[in-house]
Amino acid sequence: MPAAGVVLLIAVLGIIVALVYYLVSTIVALQKITKGLDDAIAGVGGIIQKTEPVNEVVATINANLDAGVDLLEGLLVKKAGMSDAVGLVDGLYPGAAAEGFRNFPESKTTKAPRISEVYTRGTLTLARLGREAPIAAASPDGPALRNPAYGSLAARLLYPEIRQQRPSNLPRSPIIGTDSPPQYEPSETPGVRKRMPAAATTERSGDADAGTV
Amino acid sequence: MILEWIGAAIVLLVVLPAVVYLLRGVLNAANSIVPSVDRIAAVAHAGSADLDAVPLLLTTQDQVIKTIESAADYGGSLDIIVDDA
Repeated sequence: MPAAGVVLLIAVLGIIVALVYYLVSTIVALQKITKGLDDAIAGVGGIIQKTEPVNEVVATINANLDAGVDLLEGLLVKKAGMSDAVGLVDGLYPGAAAEGFRNFPESKTTKAPRISEVYTRGTLTLARLGREAPIAAASPDGPALRNPAYGSLAARLLYPEIRQQRPSNLPRSPIIGTDSPPQYEPSETPGVRKRMPAAATTERSGDADAGTV
Repeated sequence: MILEWIGAAIVLLVVLPAVVYLLRGVLNAANSIVPSVDRIAAVAHAGSADLDAVPLLLTTQDQVIKTIESAADYGGSLDIIVDDA
């Protein structure tokens, strides 16, 4: 065999060895990829299976919540009136008045009174439900009823008039202390009265007899 | 004879390195996919584990229904107790 043929034979053998090595390595790598994809598909299948009832459940939850919202909005508007209802919602959730109520399109154009500037949220809610305090009775276009940080007169005006504006008309508080005038007849022996009311004495003696029998 | 030497040299010095280069590229590409697939599988398993709480939505659904029913009862009572605006 000529030398050139030997060299050619060696080159072909080298090519075959390289093909075998790299193709086998590629096959092994592809098998790893297949195994990894199988795991990924199993995980994705689990996700699909677990999320299958989500749509139905969430739709049911939303339907119930919508019914609740409709109920509460209707009740609030019915009891507090549109203006106060919008003001109450805007006081609890600032900016919510712009969105209005879902079932009351006119609420979007209702100007909300600034209820929350006078009362805290809890007082506000109770007051509106009880319809006791004249919250935002002034025009909504006017100034705030009270500066919550510094002012207190406007809030005082919401309470009974005598105690807040004319405290001098209230009866004086009793004087107490060492120089206070005697209000009651002093007793000589602690726990013993000098005289007992006649009617009370009679009734007590009768009850006592009945009790002992 | 010279042509045979030229052919052998081409096969040995050109074809063999080209074949090795191309096959090595394919192998490197295949090997680079393996970590990505492993990460995808890990993420899929983690996502599936995160959804284990989904059945609790059924409990949430029942609770929402009960809550709305209670709110409806309470609202009905308020409707009677509190005067209309």
